[in-house]
Order: sequence, then C-alpha cells, then structure tokens
Amino acid sequence: MKRLFPAPLLSLTLWLLWLVLNLSTSPGNLLLGALLGVLAPLLMAPLRPQSVRIRRPVTIIRLILRVGLDVLTSNLQVARSVLTAGQRPPRSAFVRIPLDLRDAHGLAALSMITTIVPGTIWSELALDRSILLLHVFDLNDERQFIEHFKHTYERPLMEIFE
Amino acid sequence: MNEFNTLPLWLELTTAALLLTGSVFALTGAFGLLRMKTFFQRMHPPALASTLGTWCVALASILYFSGLKHMPVLHAWLIPILLSITVPITTLLLARAALFRKRMANEPVPEEVSSGRDRGN
Repeated sequence: MKRLFPAPLLSLTLWLLWLVLNLSTSPGNLLLGALLGVLAPLLMAPLRPQSVRIRRPVTIIRLILRVGLDVLTSNLQVARSVLTAGQRPPRSAFVRIPLDLRDAHGLAALSMITTIVPGTIWSELALDRSILLLHVFDLNDERQFIEHFKHTYERPLMEIFE
Repeated sequence: MNEFNTLPLWLELTTAALLLTGSVFALTGAFGLLRMKTFFQRMHPPALASTLGTWCVALASILYFSGLKHMPVLHAWLIPILLSITVPITTLLLARAALFRKRMANEPVPEEVSSGRDRGN
C-alpha cells in the first residue's frame, strides 16, 4: 500500500484537480484522474522527495486566511506607495531575519508566503537555514517588522511542520 | 446569444466591478515597474498583478459562469492557486541572480548571509 501510494494526500489532490479541471465525474475522467494520482507520485519518486508530515488543520486554515488578508492590505499599501512615489519614495531595505524554522517544507511554504504577499521578497537563505535575507518595499520599523514576521508566519508554520 | 440576457443585473454589475478592480491593480503594478528606480524595488509592484489582479478576475469569472450555467463553476480558482505556487520560483531566481550580479559588480547590497561566522554552524 505504501509502495503504491507514497503520497496519498498528493494523489487525492491530483485526482480532485483533474475532476475540477474537466468539470465532470464521468467514469472515463474518474479513471484518468485516478491514473494521474497514482502515477505522478511514483514518477516523482526518483527525485527522492522528503516525506512531509503536516499537523493542526485549524492552524493551516487560520494561516491561509491570515495570508489572504495580508495580501489584500499589502496590495493596497504597495499600490498607494507606487502612486505616491513622486512625493514620498518608498523606504526599501534589506532585512536580516533570524529564523527558528528548519523544516524544508516549512521554509518552502514561508518563501511562498513572502513572495505572494506584495512588498516582501525572499532574497537569500543562509546555508544552515538560520538567517533569511528579505527585501522589503516600504520598511517602517525594522524591529517591529521582524517581530511581526516571526509571529504571524513563522510560528504557525513551525506548529504545522515541526 | 439569448442565454447572455438571463443574468441578473446585480451579478453583471459585480462581475464588471471585479474586472475593473483587477485591471486597475494590474495596471498599477505595471506602472510601478516603470516608475521604480532600482531593480529590487521594481520586483515588488508586479506582485499586484499576480495577486489581487488575478484574484479579482478569477472571482469575476467564477461568478459570471456560475450565474450563466446555474451551477458552481469553480475551476477558475485554480489559476490563483497555481500562480501562487509558480510565481515564487521565478521571483526567487530573479532575486538570487540580481544579488549575485550586484555583489560581483561591488554594488551596495548586503553581503552573503552564510559567509563568515554563519557558515557551517
């Protein structure tokens, strides 16, 4: 069972993705989707992905909502900075953030979050994963920003992945 | 073309408003790309198009076609999800390449975070 489905969650997601994309639950599509769900993880196995263990579904949902909300607010902020850049140029800066999160999947999720929230760009991660270099579009207070970043994104990800 | 007239007015208005909002954000992103001065500043505004711009357009598509077909047509929502998985990859590559080039050219960017005492802990 484990050999046939190395990643059951991924298989299920791929199957649902196929059905949603085709907007149909005809037997043929059910079968094709299932085939995709079984084959894709098997074909990816030579890449030797690390097995992932996620916990706390409530924290996941809260984090997703939080990121969605942050995307909305920072969209408005960045749009305003762009439009008023003539009078007040944005205070862009690099910030070094000490990280406590070590899990590779958690860090991947963190890099996704920082990239899709406008105004922050993941620039470099130390080899030992202890420091993150982040480029911030409009930085107000560095200490406060680091505190906010660790509290809102890093802490929930540590709960989920570690 | 008769089916296009069966949409309720409020749905058409919401769709139009969402499309306009999304387009305005995408345009602002493009404008910012043009207006910012440095490379790293320029990387930020296009995120407006790939987030709220796309979200609004996808939501408009979902509402419009769900109203048209009288059933939930949700697959447009996959676009923002897949974008949020793929966009970070190019952004990361761009940022890393820019940092590398600027360090080679001795421009004022922070030094490597894993150099010196940070390396090999």
